[in-house]
Amino acid sequence: MTMTIKRLFIANRGEIAVRIIRAAKAMGITTIQAHSEADADMLAVRLADEAVCIGPAPAAKSYLDIAAIVEAATRGKADAVHPGYGFLAENAGFVRAVEAAGMRFVGPSADTIDRMGDKVAARQAAEAAGVPVVPGSKGRLEAVEDAISIAAEIGYPVMIKAAAGGGGKGIRIAQSEEELRKMAPQAQAEAAASFGDGGLYLERAIQSPRHIEVQILGDGERAVHCFERECSMQRRRQKVWEEAGAECLSEETRTKLCQTAVALAAAVGYVGAGTLEYLYDSVTAEFFFIEMNTRIQVEHPVTEMLTGIDLVQEMIRVSAGEKLSMTQDQITRTGHAIEVRINAEDPLMQFMPWPGQVTALQIPQGDGIRFDHFLYEGYHIPPFYDSLIGKLIVHGKDRHEAIALLKSALQGLRIEGIKTTIPLHLALVDDNQVLADDFHTQWLEPWLAQGNLTAQTQKGEIQ
Amino acid sequence: MSQILSPLPGTFYTQASPEEPVYKAQGDAVAVGDTIGLVEVMKTFIEIKAETAGTFASYALESGAAVTAGQVLAELTE
Repeated sequence: MTMTIKRLFIANRGEIAVRIIRAAKAMGITTIQAHSEADADMLAVRLADEAVCIGPAPAAKSYLDIAAIVEAATRGKADAVHPGYGFLAENAGFVRAVEAAGMRFVGPSADTIDRMGDKVAARQAAEAAGVPVVPGSKGRLEAVEDAISIAAEIGYPVMIKAAAGGGGKGIRIAQSEEELRKMAPQAQAEAAASFGDGGLYLERAIQSPRHIEVQILGDGERAVHCFERECSMQRRRQKVWEEAGAECLSEETRTKLCQTAVALAAAVGYVGAGTLEYLYDSVTAEFFFIEMNTRIQVEHPVTEMLTGIDLVQEMIRVSAGEKLSMTQDQITRTGHAIEVRINAEDPLMQFMPWPGQVTALQIPQGDGIRFDHFLYEGYHIPPFYDSLIGKLIVHGKDRHEAIALLKSALQGLRIEGIKTTIPLHLALVDDNQVLADDFHTQWLEPWLAQGNLTAQTQKGEIQ
Repeated sequence: MSQILSPLPGTFYTQASPEEPVYKAQGDAVAVGDTIGLVEVMKTFIEIKAETAGTFASYALESGAAVTAGQVLAELTE
């Protein structure tokens, strides 16, 4: 059922709150910004039509407090709530609370979030929709001989995990049957000791994978894709540099990849903006679904630059019950876009967080340059939240031109008073492997450990 | 009397987790390098270590309190 969203409550902070306010204002929607006591002077509060304090500084007592947020949104007579990313964006209980209070949630249904947030259910939904998943054992394995026969089917190297585990604990990689025979009993003993359950799970180990993801949009009946993003440049599993599109893909693989994403989104009746994440094996050109994120993502601007689509506006429209405003054949890709994350961290001191006051701010301008942020001169960046303070996005006619533009934009970006990750990105734009698009998810950390950042800085290439 | 200061703004904790005991209690011996607390800054936990030896007197604030850079976290007696 269609309704008009007139008053949108923003249950987030930082740059994404600013981004949502800009999208809503362009649509003529009144914005109500939630903020903690520590965020009373943030840019989103200044830009919003109205603002309301939802609690003290700790996120658990403000941005994660479902009751406080629903009450504030209700009191503000909001008719919809945008969760942004992080915090409560993928919390089905929050969606149910928002809807129980008579408001729309800008995102998919609580049931979709429940289903896609559960790794096993998401994998089953993917398989049912014909989306390739990482080959693995169907369920838990008790006997070493079972592991041996499954491994022979899925192919070496295999990753051995504790069935009851999580967070990477107890993961081993066996290159051969001989190694698996040695490691499986060790893994069983460790799983039993750590989790009280010696059951194992086996899956194909994708060596040096790329992280590739597909942006989708759905209105509950129809789904479309907005092509893919390449997000392999990661440190501690956090993306630091993202591209659209992925140059490593052939046109044939890209088409297949995006079609599988649409098939899964359509199969679950997806509403809003979502992302399907895949591991890509560049040696075999195979891709495997790993999980779905049921929200707008940090790196959505590269897709917006590539396609010209405003993803945040579109997700607001479909959440109001409207149909998608475009068909698949109207979505085209032009040139190449790159986003780098600017964090308040010192990359030369193990990325130590470095909040403080922005004493001077200079933002590069020009065609193909976009800076999504929440800064202004004199702003005190609070220490209580994520270190992401901005995203510099560039769009060029090809990858080479985008990197050249990124370099000049980075040189024109000045954020004084704090430490930022700008020096990291200035080193990356000059790196031969980065220029050659020759990296994967395990590339950046060894690169840093080898002292590449320090060496370049000492050579005086970075001021 | 010597003081241990916070090097960073953030949230101060006197224990590693709510289930753990406090790092130091009154009368405890403190050696150089002993951890006396944590400061959480932008989701990263920084261990606060004593730079001088002494006897622990008290924490200057409650666990979970917001701190500014340079604020006193704890006091030691010689």
